[in-house]
Amino acid sequence: MNTNSMIKIKNVNKTYDNLTALQNINLDINQGEFIALVGMSGGGKSTLLRLIAGLEQPTTGSVSIESDHTKSLMRVMFQEDRLLPWMSVLDNLSFGSKDKNTKAHAQELLELVELGDYADQFPNQLSGGQKQRVALARALMSHPQILLLDEPLGALDALTRRKMQDLILDICQKQNLTTILVTHDVEEAARMADRIIVMKNSTNTYEEVCPKNRNAGQIGIVADRVLGEILEEPNIEKQTA
Amino acid sequence: MQKPVNIAVSNQKRLKLPIDKILPFLIPIILILGWQVSSSLGWLSSSVLPSPMAVLQDGIKLTQSGELPKNLSISLYRATVGLLIGGSVGFILGFINGMSKTCRLLFDSSIQMFRNIPHLALIPLIILWLGINESAKISLVAIGTMFPVYINTFHGISSVDPELIEMGKSYELSKSQLFFKIIFPAALPQILVGIRYALGVMWTTLIVAETISASSGIGYMANNAEDFVDMETVILCIVVYAVLGKISDLVAKSFESLLLDWQNTGRSNV
Repeated sequence: MNTNSMIKIKNVNKTYDNLTALQNINLDINQGEFIALVGMSGGGKSTLLRLIAGLEQPTTGSVSIESDHTKSLMRVMFQEDRLLPWMSVLDNLSFGSKDKNTKAHAQELLELVELGDYADQFPNQLSGGQKQRVALARALMSHPQILLLDEPLGALDALTRRKMQDLILDICQKQNLTTILVTHDVEEAARMADRIIVMKNSTNTYEEVCPKNRNAGQIGIVADRVLGEILEEPNIEKQTA
Repeated sequence: MQKPVNIAVSNQKRLKLPIDKILPFLIPIILILGWQVSSSLGWLSSSVLPSPMAVLQDGIKLTQSGELPKNLSISLYRATVGLLIGGSVGFILGFINGMSKTCRLLFDSSIQMFRNIPHLALIPLIILWLGINESAKISLVAIGTMFPVYINTFHGISSVDPELIEMGKSYELSKSQLFFKIIFPAALPQILVGIRYALGVMWTTLIVAETISASSGIGYMANNAEDFVDMETVILCIVVYAVLGKISDLVAKSFESLLLDWQNTGRSNV
């Protein structure tokens, strides 16, 4: 086992009544690493993310987080923005706190996601992409070390999606965040992640380590290889390469 | 950096505003004018329906004598205290049943059973228990207003989006923060619907209670006037109830506008 591991997942199983969602999952995630979980629907990606987030408990096995800090260690960004419609954008970040420092930090993060002028607006005045940027800023409020992204860009159009990918990558690299992204989009995974985990039949069947500073061609090759694994067509890479 | 785009208010919308304010009063004004004209032309006998002017003069006379303000304040007192007690009990029961599955299993079935008893059918029992003093009328109003507030608070709390609650938990909000920042604001629109409905029940209950068993209040005034075939006062009391009902509704609407302002914010064209 890697001694630098920040998240250690050992022999994890998760069942709901008679349904097996996860089976014998073993995974080590290093500090500052960007992991993408990909696979078909029902493969257990989101369940694994929820176990890491502590929103659910494994039936057997363990998920342990190694950190010096115990509080506000990780934050989840969901597919839906889950903003509170009765609070302004700024209050959605600070949860209505009157503390000046909290508000100032919230404003800083809004500037970071390029929504500094939207602090007093309400969520229903924002577009889908803007809402997700607010959700990202909210996730960063407590200086988390781990960022868990549960298909946060799934509902966005291609252009907004690409901009959000760049924004998330930039923030994660600058703040050295350990990031786990659940996505259906293999291109997105190949573009953003250091390592791609393919989840199939409730277990992690395949890992793809992505090259550093990859170009568009390399992203395409990685994406095709991962897609081949998901679809169980190993020669898909040869056909496209 | 992107800038928020302000939504321009068109001149057409500005011109519409006075009409929006006038339209709700149009039908009552036409009805009162028609009523006054019919009375003045002798189409309506004053023994059947006295003219609006006669009712107004009766109102002025009873105000000057102090009878109307005295009975009005007593009715307002009963209505307010009854609503506060019934609304508070309804809110607390709705809150605990909405928040706790154990409480829901323990209380909800029994509350639903009592809710189906028409509260006005309890008048004989309440008179036997409490007599015809203030507590009897306040109790009736409290029972009547409790159930709408209960049902709507319970429904509002139990139907809060579980994804928002999950988000709050994942952001480590304490139980009190979870309630005050997420559950209560999310349930508030439904709770306010309950309060608005309870206001209607409040006046209905009070009218019946004061008509049957009272020695003061607007209902008593109407009942007393009936004994003396004083049609002006009977109509005056009905008009007072209508005005009080409308004022209550306006107050409830103002609360809704104040507390649910976020629902009216439009999405910008960004």
